[in-house]
Amino acid sequence: MDANKNFVVGIFDNEDILLEGVEKIRGNGVKIHEVYSPFPVHGLDEVLGYKRSRLPIAAFLFGMTGTSLALLMQIWMLGYDWPMIIGGKNYASLPPFIPVTFELTVLLGALGMVATFMIVSDMKPYKWPRQFDLRSTDDKHVMAIDLALNAGKSKEDIKRILKEAGASEANDKNFD
Amino acid sequence: MGHHIAVESEQYIFKPETKRKIFILIGVGLMVFALGVIMAMNSGHGDHAAGHASAEVSKSLVASAETVSAEPAAEAGGEHHGSPTWLKRIYTSLWMNNIYFVGLGIVGLFFVTIQYAAQAGWSSGMQRVAMAMGRWIPIAGILTIAIWFLVSGDLFHWTHHDVYEGETADKILTKKAPYFFWPLHAGSFPIFYVARMVIFFGAWYMFFLAIKKRMEAEDLAPDTQHWLKSRSISAWFLVFFAVSSSVAAWDWVMSIDAHWFSTMFGWYVFASWWVTGLAFLAFTVASLKNAGYLKVVNSNHLHDLGKFCFAFSIFWTYIWFSQFMLIYYANIPEETVYFLERMRTSPYSWIFYTNLILNFVLPFLLLMTRDAKRQISMLQVVTPIIMIGHWFDFYNMITPGVMQHDGAIGFLELGLFLTFAGAFLYVVLNGLTKLPLIGKNHPMLEESLHHHI
Repeated sequence: MDANKNFVVGIFDNEDILLEGVEKIRGNGVKIHEVYSPFPVHGLDEVLGYKRSRLPIAAFLFGMTGTSLALLMQIWMLGYDWPMIIGGKNYASLPPFIPVTFELTVLLGALGMVATFMIVSDMKPYKWPRQFDLRSTDDKHVMAIDLALNAGKSKEDIKRILKEAGASEANDKNFD
Repeated sequence: MGHHIAVESEQYIFKPETKRKIFILIGVGLMVFALGVIMAMNSGHGDHAAGHASAEVSKSLVASAETVSAEPAAEAGGEHHGSPTWLKRIYTSLWMNNIYFVGLGIVGLFFVTIQYAAQAGWSSGMQRVAMAMGRWIPIAGILTIAIWFLVSGDLFHWTHHDVYEGETADKILTKKAPYFFWPLHAGSFPIFYVARMVIFFGAWYMFFLAIKKRMEAEDLAPDTQHWLKSRSISAWFLVFFAVSSSVAAWDWVMSIDAHWFSTMFGWYVFASWWVTGLAFLAFTVASLKNAGYLKVVNSNHLHDLGKFCFAFSIFWTYIWFSQFMLIYYANIPEETVYFLERMRTSPYSWIFYTNLILNFVLPFLLLMTRDAKRQISMLQVVTPIIMIGHWFDFYNMITPGVMQHDGAIGFLELGLFLTFAGAFLYVVLNGLTKLPLIGKNHPMLEESLHHHI
């Protein structure tokens, strides 16, 4: 991802123009690298053509890992490794294990999901994210278009398409 | 923001063929019930003497060991002047079905009021469906009071005056007596108990009428005043319902096992009522949508209803487990007797485990994914599972305390359920015709149209 250095950055003033603009720009065959918004814009994922995240599947698998580990741990500890009679119950009785199992399911599910998200999103420690335009943290929607991915089109063409689609500005951005 | 979407006014039409189907349902229910009664009368369980004998045995057992918990004595004590088994079975089933449908009615109003109190916009397109469920409240009130007077002698052994009298007076019940009989003396008319029943239904119905009046006024003239007023009515209702639903659970369900108590019980009955009501609401909304009504409702709204069913199935399980686990772990005989009765006697034992499968395992797995919650077909599979599951839940809350070893489930119970279900459906669908299906002047309808998750 970081290999690409030359971008055109479109600035959009509000989300309605942005949503319509994204459709027009993609309709013109321009590939969009990413859109940065100061707040979540409903429907943006759909118009950008993003597929649904598979994070819930990861969450389910991590959660099941937590469930199995917790049950195995407790059954092994209290049933085999150091059997103890507590409250006259069987060594390995299921009901008292449920709270711990529940907690470990939630813990592993949550930690696993955060870790998966960080890895998938390429968010490493000490990695400084690229800023295409700092106004995306204030009041502008910022669209980054990677020139290397749009080899068939000139920079001027892309800028013209951006302006026609409603962008208030179309700037160059180079990372060297 | 965005484009304004025009809302067509909709009116539900209760078609004659739908009515005929419901009458057939009620008719089939009554026939199945009659068949069940005949079978129950002819079965060996009808022998009154057997119950009598076992009661005598347990009585003498208790007499020989005074220190033992009073539980078996009183359970047996209630048995010796009971009706024949088949009649007790009818009474139990009447009461159980009635309490189940009381919940469906009151949850309709509860759903509407929490939406107002939370200032929720997403649900404004379907609030009339929930409101129609509330139309069962007055009928439920009359039925509950009428059935109570019919069945109380067999279901609630604390109503018998002889458990408070003489040398063998029941110590636990004597202590609890003011809760039922105050200000009268123990064993007379339970005026406090009956007054609560009347007040609860009366107040619930008043709140229902107050909200309905605001809806009617809002339909005629757009004014946010109606919404603001409804919100304050809702807040007062929720305060009242928080207390009354708990007390109702103790009165109408827990007092059947009068020696036993659980501090979770108010929550437990509420959780069961609430998730059943949500399942019925989701089922009805999905069916109306299938029939071409509720154009303002889309898969985003269904998704939220699916989340409600999913989340509150887990909530019910949490309450179920919290109650079970504490009693299991503390292992105090007067508490564990409740679960031993349900886990070791047929048919309660298989219902005990079926309950967990229908109300936790299946909804949890089937509604887990996003797609499942958004599809009408999936909701129409899972919500009946939840509704049937909680019918079994109420069966196991109410029946074992009355029927003990004579418990049964068959045509009799099924027939009464179908009869009640038909009557409830008729009232709800008829209620839907009374108001427009969409409150087109609801101030948050626009927000609901743009709901997107």
